[in-house]
Amino acid sequence: MTVEELRELAEKERARQAGFGKRVLYCSAAGCVSCGGNATRDAFKKAIRDQGLDESCEVVGTGCMGLCGKGPLVKVAPDETLYASVDAAAAERIVDEHLKGGNPVEAMALDTDAPFFAEQTKIVLEDCGRIDAMRIEEYVAVGGYEALAKAITELSPPEVIEEIRKSGLRGRGGAGYPTGLKWSIVRKATSEQKYVVCNADEGDPGAFMDRSVLEGDPHRVLEGMAIAGYAVGANQGYIYVRAEYPLAIERLKLAIKQAERAGVLGNRILDSGFSFRIDLRMGAGAFVCGEETALLRSIEGRRGRPKPRPPYPSEKGLFGMPTVINNVETFANIAPILARGGAWFASIGTAKSAGTKVFALAGKIRNTGLIEVPMGIPLRRIVYDIGGGPPEGAEFKAAQTGGPSGGCIPAEHLDLPVDYESLAAVGSIMGSGGLIVMDSESNMVDVAKFFMEFSMEESCGKCVPCRIGTKHIHGLLDRVSRGEATPDDVALLEELCVMVKETSLCGLGQSAPNPVLSTLRFFRDEYEKKLRPAETFAGGVAGEAK
Amino acid sequence: MATTTKATHPSGDNRFKLLDRAINVHHASGNALIEVLHAAQGIFGYLEDDILVYIGHALKRPLSQVYGVATFYNYFRLKPAGEHTVVLCTGTACYVKGAAQIQAALEHRCGCKFGQTTPDGKVSLVQARCIGSCGLAPVAVMDDDVAAKLTVDEAVRRVGAFMQATEEVAK
Repeated sequence: MTVEELRELAEKERARQAGFGKRVLYCSAAGCVSCGGNATRDAFKKAIRDQGLDESCEVVGTGCMGLCGKGPLVKVAPDETLYASVDAAAAERIVDEHLKGGNPVEAMALDTDAPFFAEQTKIVLEDCGRIDAMRIEEYVAVGGYEALAKAITELSPPEVIEEIRKSGLRGRGGAGYPTGLKWSIVRKATSEQKYVVCNADEGDPGAFMDRSVLEGDPHRVLEGMAIAGYAVGANQGYIYVRAEYPLAIERLKLAIKQAERAGVLGNRILDSGFSFRIDLRMGAGAFVCGEETALLRSIEGRRGRPKPRPPYPSEKGLFGMPTVINNVETFANIAPILARGGAWFASIGTAKSAGTKVFALAGKIRNTGLIEVPMGIPLRRIVYDIGGGPPEGAEFKAAQTGGPSGGCIPAEHLDLPVDYESLAAVGSIMGSGGLIVMDSESNMVDVAKFFMEFSMEESCGKCVPCRIGTKHIHGLLDRVSRGEATPDDVALLEELCVMVKETSLCGLGQSAPNPVLSTLRFFRDEYEKKLRPAETFAGGVAGEAK
Repeated sequence: MATTTKATHPSGDNRFKLLDRAINVHHASGNALIEVLHAAQGIFGYLEDDILVYIGHALKRPLSQVYGVATFYNYFRLKPAGEHTVVLCTGTACYVKGAAQIQAALEHRCGCKFGQTTPDGKVSLVQARCIGSCGLAPVAVMDDDVAAKLTVDEAVRRVGAFMQATEEVAK
């Protein structure tokens, strides 16, 4: 396919869509499906058929629309009315009054001017919930693969990298390494063979943004990877995706097939001299494989155990070759940056953290779901304006970001701007973007223990500090929570945390103590409250002797 | 160059033909070990020793490595699963919303711990670290059905239904 043919395809699809007066977009992501989305879909199809509206109404399954807690969600285009909790009866009513009668059912529609929608800025998720992820034509119709075409036909590889560098995009996997810099290192490496790897091993409990992007807009990730391949001089890409995400795997497989057939992946892309293939590799349930060196080992068919860095994957990665490895969300940002320019992207967010970040909002909060906000937004606005605050009867206690590698942010820091540096300053991290709100019911010692148990079980066992350290930290936390610990135990706990943090081989061990350290920092009183009563150890070993 | 092996299994079990096909798709490359293990588990339900030996031979990888990989990853099962599977999500959101209570209730109802199968082989209790439906926490996957915003009572009721249904079939 040539670039002209790509544009014709877009034109044709837009005309096809315009042929329908109304398009019923229903969320077909796992969240809405699990609260009855398929029955809603069937009800729409049946009602539309019964009313004889087949010619003027199309029913389309899309990716996640964001407000997962109020599913199944349905949007009617082109007027963009969004309906929540749509069951079969509601579907019939919408068909009757809105599609046939032309009057939106106001009583059931969500207010899209509400802060949940108004405070968001969508780049990564701009097409999620608007297009059918299973049809490449719909992605092309909203401008998909135009950025790849622009890169190949108008820009040299260094110019592509320069644009990414100018955008200020930083890795969305959590560490925030500048993407442009990473790419230029791989570009400069002299090697016949280079690779592009997409890290879709979203193992953080509490995070589901990568899954939503893969399920709702897989072509965007493929396009970003192909642009990376062009920029660094690679002809092979791998997506390492969790086996726990069967729907994402199925849709990625389909998307790769469609892209190859359309000539935007594979040999001689868009009739140019550039070729790029993408293969899927399935994970098999190991949290440590989210760490890049472990992930690369896993793609090679080995146990996913990390290697010391340097050398970094950008010098010696997959099969010993220079490798670009980025997170799903990072790749999803690439096409918009090339299409609209690095300067546009840099104008969003803060000076050091450009662009937006997708968060998975969950826990004790009214509006659970997927949100995308500009970097630098105060945490308070995420929790109270977008999230609607804790539900009735509950009071905000802490926000946990970054999963088992992150920390808890207490109420006193609610005005903290959400960017890489500010989060690090309070002992937490951006992480992949899980954001869980806790209320007074949550006991912080138990929360720390919960995460430590996770890290302990998921430790690959290669290095001693992580393998044994996490076990002992867990043991000490257990003593605290059972009320058997002494002040010495807490001192030992703190010391051990610092040791594991400083001496572990990879990110898993280095960040495993974060939940303990951050709860000790902000909620030390909860630890102290649980210490053994003073009289039992006041006399030195007297307490023990009993 | 890795050549495609024509190894067939002496047992005459036709499922090995499917496994051979999966191996050939990857040109019997040792790098595809995890992919092949996935395929094998899909075909046989679990990975018994015999299958691991067979895969090691076909991919020209030592058994120690095949076994090492199969045991390293949580997803691979070396023992058969029960007739029904209950996967309880123990991610942070589910934890905050009370997955631990559901876990305790299910263990009590089934008489076995998570990670085990009931003695009669009917229900396997499995923990998942996070299935990514945090907006609907707490969540469990009962066979292929996702149960969202689960309560203790509902979880116990549904597992009870599994156990009774299989008892009736047995009669």
